[in-house]
Amino acid sequence: MTQQRARTQPGRAEDGLGPNSDIGSRLRALYGAVQEEGVPDQLLDLLEKLDNAEKAQQTGTTQRDGE
Amino acid sequence: MSAEGTSFKREMLATLPSLRAFAVSLTGKHDKADDLVQDTVMKAWAKQSSFQMGTNIKAWLFTILRNEFYSQMRKRGREVQDSDGVFTERLSVHPSQYGSLDLEDFKKALSQLPDDQREAIILIGASGFSYEEAAAICDCAVGTMKSRVSRARSRLSELLQISGEADYGPDAVSAQVTSGNHSF
Repeated sequence: MTQQRARTQPGRAEDGLGPNSDIGSRLRALYGAVQEEGVPDQLLDLLEKLDNAEKAQQTGTTQRDGE
Repeated sequence: MSAEGTSFKREMLATLPSLRAFAVSLTGKHDKADDLVQDTVMKAWAKQSSFQMGTNIKAWLFTILRNEFYSQMRKRGREVQDSDGVFTERLSVHPSQYGSLDLEDFKKALSQLPDDQREAIILIGASGFSYEEAAAICDCAVGTMKSRVSRARSRLSELLQISGEADYGPDAVSAQVTSGNHSF
């Protein structure tokens, strides 16, 4: 797990984009700001629908909500 | 009981914030980015049988999103991107460690990069991919990815007149940049 973390740590020093790099930290500030906005409800709803449709199919339930 | 679909969904959910940030960086607009992420989620769901659980779902989703973006661009005859480019819209969460002016300049500089360099530096510097993963996402060689990131970094340093090499101190790249002639 620690290994996985280190591997996927954004902007490792070798890129010149590490924690003390101006460019790296500005990039992550912008990117992070969008990430922190959270996921819009429409997307969460879509995933929910896809998942439910699949479960219904797997259990052999006929899909009747489209009527 | 726990259906495979459910854990696929959970893994997708965990990736969505980062996927969406990447989409914003590609499209420059939040509404377009959300449409793109939505298309990506549907595509990914349809081809989930081709995804092996336990492998890198984040890289897989980024690849689908990027392919979807460029295929839509081609279909639309590559409409001109909004002049301000990336991350143009008001951010609802303001990154507190920087003055807003500071980040505005940075956004402008980022938008002046060629598309391939911009996506490279974002994938490596912000999304947290390795060069190998980013190269696979962009369907290019690892060496190409490295040179795109390096050129992006030099260009940004040049535009912002800051050093991207603070981890190391000056090296060949930043020395070259700082001694170069700035066009403005």
